[in-house]
Amino acid sequence: MEKIYSNATPKNENLKPKDETISFLLNYSKALRVIDYNKLKFEALLN
Amino acid sequence: MNKELILDAELVSNYINGNENALSVLIGRHKQKIYSFIYSKVFDRDVTEDIFQDTFIKVIRTLKRGKYNEEGKFLPWVMRIAHNLVIDHFRKTNRMPKFDNAGEFSIFSVLSDSSLNAEKSMIKDQVESDVRRVIEELPEDQKQVLVMRMYQDMSFKEISERTGVSINTALGRMRYALINMRKVIEQNNIVLTN
Repeated sequence: MEKIYSNATPKNENLKPKDETISFLLNYSKALRVIDYNKLKFEALLN
Repeated sequence: MNKELILDAELVSNYINGNENALSVLIGRHKQKIYSFIYSKVFDRDVTEDIFQDTFIKVIRTLKRGKYNEEGKFLPWVMRIAHNLVIDHFRKTNRMPKFDNAGEFSIFSVLSDSSLNAEKSMIKDQVESDVRRVIEELPEDQKQVLVMRMYQDMSFKEISERTGVSINTALGRMRYALINMRKVIEQNNIVLTN
């Protein structure tokens, strides 16, 4: 009974983020500028 | 130049100084570990993708704001961010149960049932009746002590008073009752788990 009811562990096949996610992050990084102004930091997305 | 030879710390400082390629190398180097870590917690590709993305958005913002200090190592720091976002995700889904996107509306996604399901309660009944049958196999004195202790929740002092034996004898009978039960269970290959 124990064997029948125990769950099989899911297979970890090809666990990688999608290419779109990576390229989004790289583009986000390129577009993000942090501007210092009187000890304040402003973020600007320059797209 | 071999990318693996450049330390994470060096890549991070290159990135802070404006080298965007350094981020690409860092992501490429650690993406599988971080993605698998998130997936091992949430077991959902789409959610994993979202949390992975949010993790790196946080990483990028922190680095660009100059708030990162290289006290620890880069990967453990990113893992910690991912871990916190996974916790946030579970908090959110607990507060707001979502409908699954399978197309069909499932009432069980909003109704939770804390009682055992039919299958589990059948197994539980089966296990309990098996245990009772095993108890029936015990010698009368041991059975008496075990039933009083486990089913009637009596203390050994009460058991000794009720049965007219010393506490030590009652303890000994309990011990042998358990030993004998284990023996019967082993001999008959009874599985008492669900």
